[in-house]
Amino acid sequence: MAWEALDRRTAVIEKDAPAVLNEAVREKIRSFFPRYETKRAALLPALHVVQDALGHVDWQAMREIAEVLELKPAEVFDTISFYTHFWTHDKGKKVITLCRSLSCQLMGADAVKAAIEKQLGIGEHETAADGQYSFVTEECLAACDHAPCLLMNEKLHRRVKADDIAKMLADPNNDRLDLPRSDLFDAPKPPASTSESNPNPEP
Amino acid sequence: MPRFEPVLSKNFRTEGIRSLDVYRKNGGYRAAEKALKTMSPEQVIETVTAANLRGRGGAGFPAGMKWSFLPKDRKITNLCVNADESEPGTFNNRVLMENDPHQMLEGALIAGYATRTTTAYIYMRVEFHEQFHILQKALDEAYAAGYFGNNILGTGFSMNCYVHRGAGAYVCGEETGLIESLEGKRGWPRIKPPFPAVEGVFRRPTVVNNVETLACCVHIIERGADWFKSIGTPGSAGPKLYTISGPVKRPGWYEAPLGLSCRDLIFGDDFAQGMLDGKGVKGCIPGGLSVGVLTEKELDCKLDFDEVRKFGLLGLGTAGAIVIPADADIRQVLMNCARFYAHESCGQCTQCREGTGWMYKIAARIALGAGRIEDLDLLSELSQNMGMMPGLSICGLPDGAVYPIRTIVQKFRGEFEERIRAQEPGRAAEVLQRLNRSAYSLPIFGQSRLAGAV
Ligand SMILES: Cc1cc2nc3c(=O)[nH]c(=O)nc-3n(C[C@H](O)[C@H](O)[C@H](O)COP(=O)(O)O)c2cc1C
Ligand code: SF4
Ligand code: FES
Repeated sequence: MAWEALDRRTAVIEKDAPAVLNEAVREKIRSFFPRYETKRAALLPALHVVQDALGHVDWQAMREIAEVLELKPAEVFDTISFYTHFWTHDKGKKVITLCRSLSCQLMGADAVKAAIEKQLGIGEHETAADGQYSFVTEECLAACDHAPCLLMNEKLHRRVKADDIAKMLADPNNDRLDLPRSDLFDAPKPPASTSESNPNPEP
Repeated sequence: MPRFEPVLSKNFRTEGIRSLDVYRKNGGYRAAEKALKTMSPEQVIETVTAANLRGRGGAGFPAGMKWSFLPKDRKITNLCVNADESEPGTFNNRVLMENDPHQMLEGALIAGYATRTTTAYIYMRVEFHEQFHILQKALDEAYAAGYFGNNILGTGFSMNCYVHRGAGAYVCGEETGLIESLEGKRGWPRIKPPFPAVEGVFRRPTVVNNVETLACCVHIIERGADWFKSIGTPGSAGPKLYTISGPVKRPGWYEAPLGLSCRDLIFGDDFAQGMLDGKGVKGCIPGGLSVGVLTEKELDCKLDFDEVRKFGLLGLGTAGAIVIPADADIRQVLMNCARFYAHESCGQCTQCREGTGWMYKIAARIALGAGRIEDLDLLSELSQNMGMMPGLSICGLPDGAVYPIRTIVQKFRGEFEERIRAQEPGRAAEVLQRLNRSAYSLPIFGQSRLAGAV
């Protein structure tokens, strides 16, 4: 439930942890500033960038993001706790996100879930001991025509069968995309002027 | 009747259509050029208004009218393209973006021109990974060719466009939830008024439109309002990308004029071609989870903006049909629906947070084989006391929660009662006591009443 900070473990708050964001990551976050009128609006992109770079966003990372965006760490935590996509502690190398909504359930998602849990020996929101896989379920992934479906990191697996789970998990390339991955978040630079002046004056 | 010619999906199977070159060879960006070079923004709005294009995101609000609410003296305008698509059973925005990304971008450009937009944000749910890479590449190409950025096509009109990725929350599809989320906050919907047209992203006038709505704009500009109105039914003009999932032979997307009947969508030769393995149909949720359910007898309902209401449904929704097979356990269906809203309520409004939570608890108990007949009345009663319609909530999420729960309980009451009667005696009392001992101290759950119910 979005209003409960449902996390899988409590974030450990270390007071004097060493810095975790290097200059390249900070610069990438800053490159979002021209897109928005406030720095805070770059928060979701920043969280994505950091989770991409570090695997998760822990308390120290939140503090440093807050510094870059000129926010309070509490504001960063407030936002992060709302969204299910971000991890505040270690996760596996690959995250399996299984859809649990109606079409997928009708098409056999429950059996797929049981097969994954059995194969990995873990439950929902847990990470396997060898650190390879974490397993979560999510509501509809908007791929109901391929039900039951799951995401292996970014890769969508369609019409998954419980019997095929063992084979899928053993495949080292099970998260490889079939298409070129765009350089994440590298969009065209906006024009220099982001001032109040309206580039589209009334006719 | 002449055979309907697909419009939105006409290029879906064209080889290489994701690239700008191929899109342009197939007539792409012609409509945008026509709008920007030969029409004033007001003329674009007039055309879209005349076409009676109703929003495809769920509410069915006329797009042209929404644009005309922008204050005349505004300095900066933002456009948000709603690509958060999280309504269970819905995937037409995904299909539009992965099969023909430039069509949507062209629509955004036209809508941006009509509203004199400074910056367009495409708010895309994070689970769309492949679609993000596809769209971002298309956007990069469109920028390089001068369709976005400064002085577009030499017309003096400038607009930036960015893809902004969400982070997994249904409520960020609600327009003001989307705006808050875009600003880097929790996706808590705002109290309206002020409506986004007056005060939206960064407190600037803002228009929020669905992906499919914008895709329709391209064809309205290209072929005119009269052509658009000639498709569909009088109150619901235009083509629609219907989608269908569940145990049917051919799940997927099908373009048809608005007003397709649910039965045709499931059984039609041009559509899903009936059920897998000769299964029967128990019912169908025809427009994304939130609209409610049709029984097998009601399948002749025409799926447009108005007729669905005659069957006790919330509206057309997103026209994403989920077919429930005859062998499905209706208790599981109810629980699955209830869980979704309990999970996705943002928690700002008491009746929504508590109501969806209790609906889930009750539905879970019924699914566990510990239901009571009076739980069905309790669910119906709850469903009268939630949402914007009785004026109790900030956004429409609980209205969307109420319709599936209420219609499932009403329309399948017989089956629920049968299942409850077949339970082990005493199971309800036992489970309730195990789950929540303190419930026994509440007057409505007094021992005697409970004992009587099982
Ligand atoms: C809880 C909730 C979730 C919504 N989710 C979406 C969504 O995922 N996509 C969408 O386009 N509209 C969604 N809407 C509708 C939007 O609020 C809004 O009406 C729509 O984006 C307007 O676009 P349109 O006029 O082009 O349809 C949602 C509404 C509510 C109440
Ligand atoms: S109605 Fe529900 S989802 Fe909408 S703002 Fe209120 S609590 Fe949040
Ligand atoms: S129900 Fe699973 S993807 Fe939609």
